[in-house]
Amino acid sequence: MANLKTSEKKTKSQAMGMHTEVLTGRTQQKFFNPDEAENFYYFGTYDVDFNKRTDLDVKDMTAAEANKKIDGLMSEGYGTIVIKNPQGKHSLGVGILNKLNLIFEGSLGYFGMGSCDGPIVRINGRVGWSCAENLMAGKVVIEKNAGSCFGAAIRGGDLICKGSVGARTGIDMKGGTIIIGGDAGAFTGFMMQRGRIIILGDVGINLGDSMYDGTIFVGGEIGSYGSDAVDSELTKSDQDWLRRKLKVAEIGQNFDVSKMKKIVAGKKLWNYDNLEPTEKKGAI
Amino acid sequence: MCGIAGLIHRGKSSKVGHELQGMLQALKHRGEDSTGYALYGDTEGKNFIMRIKVGENVGEGSSSIAEDISVYDERKKIVDSYLSELGAKIVKEERTLPYSLRYEIEYNKKDLLEFSQKIESIPGVEILSMGKSLEVIKDLGNAKMVCDRYNLDKVVGTHAIGHARMATESGVDIKSAHPFWGYPFSDVSVVHNGQLTNYWNNRRALENKGMRFMSECDSELIAVYIAQRMREGATLEEGMKESLSGLDGVFTYFVATKDSLGMAKDTMAAKPLVLYESDDLVAMGSEEIAIRSILPQEIDTYDPFDGEVKVWQI
Repeated sequence: MANLKTSEKKTKSQAMGMHTEVLTGRTQQKFFNPDEAENFYYFGTYDVDFNKRTDLDVKDMTAAEANKKIDGLMSEGYGTIVIKNPQGKHSLGVGILNKLNLIFEGSLGYFGMGSCDGPIVRINGRVGWSCAENLMAGKVVIEKNAGSCFGAAIRGGDLICKGSVGARTGIDMKGGTIIIGGDAGAFTGFMMQRGRIIILGDVGINLGDSMYDGTIFVGGEIGSYGSDAVDSELTKSDQDWLRRKLKVAEIGQNFDVSKMKKIVAGKKLWNYDNLEPTEKKGAI
Repeated sequence: MCGIAGLIHRGKSSKVGHELQGMLQALKHRGEDSTGYALYGDTEGKNFIMRIKVGENVGEGSSSIAEDISVYDERKKIVDSYLSELGAKIVKEERTLPYSLRYEIEYNKKDLLEFSQKIESIPGVEILSMGKSLEVIKDLGNAKMVCDRYNLDKVVGTHAIGHARMATESGVDIKSAHPFWGYPFSDVSVVHNGQLTNYWNNRRALENKGMRFMSECDSELIAVYIAQRMREGATLEEGMKESLSGLDGVFTYFVATKDSLGMAKDTMAAKPLVLYESDDLVAMGSEEIAIRSILPQEIDTYDPFDGEVKVWQI
């Protein structure tokens, strides 16, 4: 990466006086310099032991207190944490950037498990809106139903709801897999950019509206297609992948995937392709 | 952002005032400019109960202009004389606050339009509710404050809906607070979370048909819209289903009548609602924590889908 601080090359905009700010913060180049690997600090990560298990009753805690406590337990090496009495509280389990086996004995409110990277989570209840938003990696399994915006903007990992989900599932998703055992509401896959959504049941109106890329598989009826969403041929490779994914997710194992519909983006945007920025560099 | 909550007990009565207070208080982060209750209490069903305001609460961040209490007294006198002229006999009256009154009245005519028009012709006077079991109580402040102020904790009934309001498009005052009475229908009330974008078009059309608006709050339109549809012969459920296309915008709303409770969600499903349904109780709210305030044990809840309308009977 160019060293902006010492660069003498002036761009046209700089020559026009549009750049007066001198960047003094850490640059990406410095932050990821492999020569300084020993100095890297992975924020929020701990060495945990999955066999070290504890319970945490959050009944009388705020979400912030509960999340801080989970972080504290991970720092003590606990790799399996069972959360008791979540009682629909919002924002529980957010920002976990670590391997962790996390079990919720009950339901979560809004924004549960948001911005996580790595944990394996089982929620023995229901989740409210925006569950696992921005998930980077890991697995989140919900035993009951989920609210709207399920898996919004996820970039990786597996997100599984054994029940039904609300509207806008997988909105703006950029990777990963979302699996729904029941039905899904309107605008499923709205503006999705990458990744896969599997719905075993019916799905509402405007499926895949304005999707850039990615794939949606539907087992039941489709309310209507959104603009840019079109049918595609379900290949043998797709079916193999679906069977494997459903088996690993322990959901719909007897489901006949050969009858599923495959929906993809029917329009290529002029400034969009499905390469990661790093891959794009390689291509150039 | 506002919060709505509702519950209906099937086949029994309960302390709905206390229960709804807990549900709305759990939603207070969604707005506490004002809170309103529509409680369907256990009554003999013989007399009408009229909740009425003769002025505004001018404290607690209100956008209303202060008036002297003597003005309220004067308005009350006129209300009493008009009731007499209308042939309505006052059985009991309570003045909870200087601006807030509760009347129990004997009135034998079924059509409340003439009655309401006459009472509300007094400037500054608004009927908050009229019904044989419905009582709408709304004021500034959060659910606990309003409940304590009006002693709602002990109200026993079958069902109730309520609203915790964050004022966005109209003033912080009682007239803009929910629930709205389904004027001029006895025992009909509405609460709403969302925004209606074809408010003025609908309002002008409904005003031309003789319907009245007391505020500039877009949510009032739903009450008037449903009431008008019922006036034209539609059932509650039919009116609600038609509202999905007749009303434009994003909304989740509840309507209650003396023996039923309904919910409707717009076709974009842009506003939240969580629902719990069992044989003897239906409870719903903008967030699950509202339901958890009355059902702390593990329960099965779900989000109704886009364009869904449901109605339950007591």
